[in-house]
Amino acid sequence: MTNTVHEPSEQALIQLLTPEGERRSHAEYDSYIQDIDAEMLRGFYRDMALTRRFDQEATALQRQGQLALWVPLRGQEAAQIGSGRATRPNDYIFPTYREHGVALTRNVDFPQMLRIFRGISNGGWDPRENNFHMYTMVLAAQMPHATGYAMGVQRDQAGWDAERLEKDGTAVVAYFGDGSSTEGEVHESMVFAASFNSPVVFFCQNNQWAISVPFHVQSKVPLAERAAGYGFPGIRVDGNDVLAVLAVTRWALERARRGEGPVLIEAVTYRMSAHTTADDPTKYRMSADEEAWLERDPLLRLEKHLKDNQLADEVFFKQVAVDGDEMATRVREEALAFPDPSLAQSFANVYAEAHPLIQEELKWHLEYEAGFADTTEEGATR
Amino acid sequence: MSTTTMTLAKAITAGLDAVLANDPKSLLIGEDIGRLGGVYRVTDGLIDTYGADRVIDSPLGEAGIIGTSIGMAIRGYSPIAEIQFDGFVFPAFNQITTQLAKMRARSEGRFGAPVVIRIPYGGGIGSIEHHSESPEALFAHTAGLRIMAPSNAHDAYWMIQQAAACQDPVIFFEPKRRYWLKGEVDTENPAADAFKAQVIRPGEDATIVTYGPLVPVALAAAEAAREDGRSVEVIDLRSVSPIDFDTITESVEKTGRLIVTHEAPTFGGIGGEIAARVAERAFLSLEAPVIRVGGFHMPYPVAKVEEQYLPDIDKVLEALDRSFAY
Ligand SMILES: Cc1ncc(C[n+]2csc(CCOP(=O)(O)OP(=O)(O)O)c2C)c(N)n1
Ligand SMILES: [Mg+2]
Repeated sequence: MTNTVHEPSEQALIQLLTPEGERRSHAEYDSYIQDIDAEMLRGFYRDMALTRRFDQEATALQRQGQLALWVPLRGQEAAQIGSGRATRPNDYIFPTYREHGVALTRNVDFPQMLRIFRGISNGGWDPRENNFHMYTMVLAAQMPHATGYAMGVQRDQAGWDAERLEKDGTAVVAYFGDGSSTEGEVHESMVFAASFNSPVVFFCQNNQWAISVPFHVQSKVPLAERAAGYGFPGIRVDGNDVLAVLAVTRWALERARRGEGPVLIEAVTYRMSAHTTADDPTKYRMSADEEAWLERDPLLRLEKHLKDNQLADEVFFKQVAVDGDEMATRVREEALAFPDPSLAQSFANVYAEAHPLIQEELKWHLEYEAGFADTTEEGATR
Repeated sequence: MSTTTMTLAKAITAGLDAVLANDPKSLLIGEDIGRLGGVYRVTDGLIDTYGADRVIDSPLGEAGIIGTSIGMAIRGYSPIAEIQFDGFVFPAFNQITTQLAKMRARSEGRFGAPVVIRIPYGGGIGSIEHHSESPEALFAHTAGLRIMAPSNAHDAYWMIQQAAACQDPVIFFEPKRRYWLKGEVDTENPAADAFKAQVIRPGEDATIVTYGPLVPVALAAAEAAREDGRSVEVIDLRSVSPIDFDTITESVEKTGRLIVTHEAPTFGGIGGEIAARVAERAFLSLEAPVIRVGGFHMPYPVAKVEEQYLPDIDKVLEALDRSFAY
């Protein structure tokens, strides 16, 4: 079973850019990307390239012992940039732990994201600043939060007319993985969202793997087909095609904002790297599997499209590379300069209101630590 | 002073009514809580006053109820969720312990999820499996949560409002076999701070600490002990997490003897935590070891034998005898 090659399937997959970078027209979805001009396409390329460069730098930092762990996203840039760029600032995003590309589209500062992986914070950034929630490490636990958030949105927008909803309405995006799709909370969040017709888009990046377990162990049918069981649309999109992902996500978000309820998007993509820096894919997947997907690299696809259609010149690509290196340098410098956290601060964030046990234990902790002050000054080690 | 006689259940209803009336961001969610008013009718009638958007009949899924409550809280709402019975909170255990309890810590103090979870709990109602449990220690072990258990109508009326106002998540254990216990509720003068224990019967010779459904049992035991010439102090914890150790310590320093009783199994329970703390704080005042009177280490037994399982007056008196004999 571990030796099955996972051929990329093109069946019933929305695709607007072929793996060769050719634009395919689509009767339904072309209208959702009519505004996309050369400059915006270059912007998507830049987003994807910067994300990949960030991923590369973070991987290096982990290898050098500067991060406890890193979760690479190489291969999923189009799924993340396409969906992230489809959102509006007032939409609220619930990511998994791999959505570094989506984070870029939400203006989360890359170095901040490393605070989690450097053991400094379990949150990293202020979710309310960019409506990009914290990463959630417990698979699928964020899914009902997304539905609940959308239920809150519905209450805030009660009585709004169609025009206002279209203009100012908020939608919610819940990201999850193919492996996580099996978790019960995915089911419950979809039932609740369907029952209440909540404005939430369930966005699954089916990257074919849940650590070492291939997709067919999670599901016998394409995940998008499960939506029918909940009574809302499910759609399968080529997750390595930034245009198709953008179009499909825009469609879903607009629908949700209009009050037409949830959508399940299955973005078919591939995790080109290891699951995390602690993983060894050679133990469970064949290089033939990886090579088959190399030809579908989302970044190369957009690059071919830009080049073949003279939408970007060498100067542009060079500049993106230079900008990427500069960003990487800044990421490294800032990450290494983060001040260490204090355990005392951890005491402060357990409860909002005064708590006698916290106070008692903090007091003890501080007194205990203070007891070492003299000895450390004398150069003694603990 | 305007007091009204109410059952404990109706006092919670009235408290919820006050929350919904005063805080437009508050809402209720749970299984059968709207049209039906909940299986114990605690939310009876509230849907008529506040509508289905604020008294939400949810689909049947506890992880979904708590998970969506967390999401609504992130959006700025203050949900009060009902879990239908104690034994059915476990499908939501993940959401409560990994998500609800940690939201404030994970956001580095930027925001939490001030959700209240109401759970009818405890035995003595002759019910079938999973309807009589006392899982409070499982939650007390989790930092980030607060736990309350009222024992009387007045406290219930005020404590549910204090729970709703609290910026931290609160699990609100309702002693279901006392739902019909009547009491005077003073709707103008609030009960004491919900996180403070209360000495509800003063005494000199021994202390009984308890909470929730066993408070009347402890009071009756103290009364019976009086006939034997023993003056027993009874403390109603009210808050199971945090625990007001100051009030307990003060009492034990006076009486020198402590019995802790709860329906939950003795092993790994709240009683053990109290015994350890008292040993740390008032060791030299103790005339006898702290004695725990709790459930046995077994799944909650079938209804026909639950009376033998549950702490009752005689078991508490037996514990007092052991303490005095020491
Ligand atoms: C509830 C839970 N179980 C197990 C894990 C350990 N784990 C982390 S990632 C992962 C695989 C997830 O696969 P998928 O949902 O497809 O997402 P991907 O990692 O491919 O992005 C597992 C098993 C976890 N984090 N949470
Ligand atoms: Mg996966």
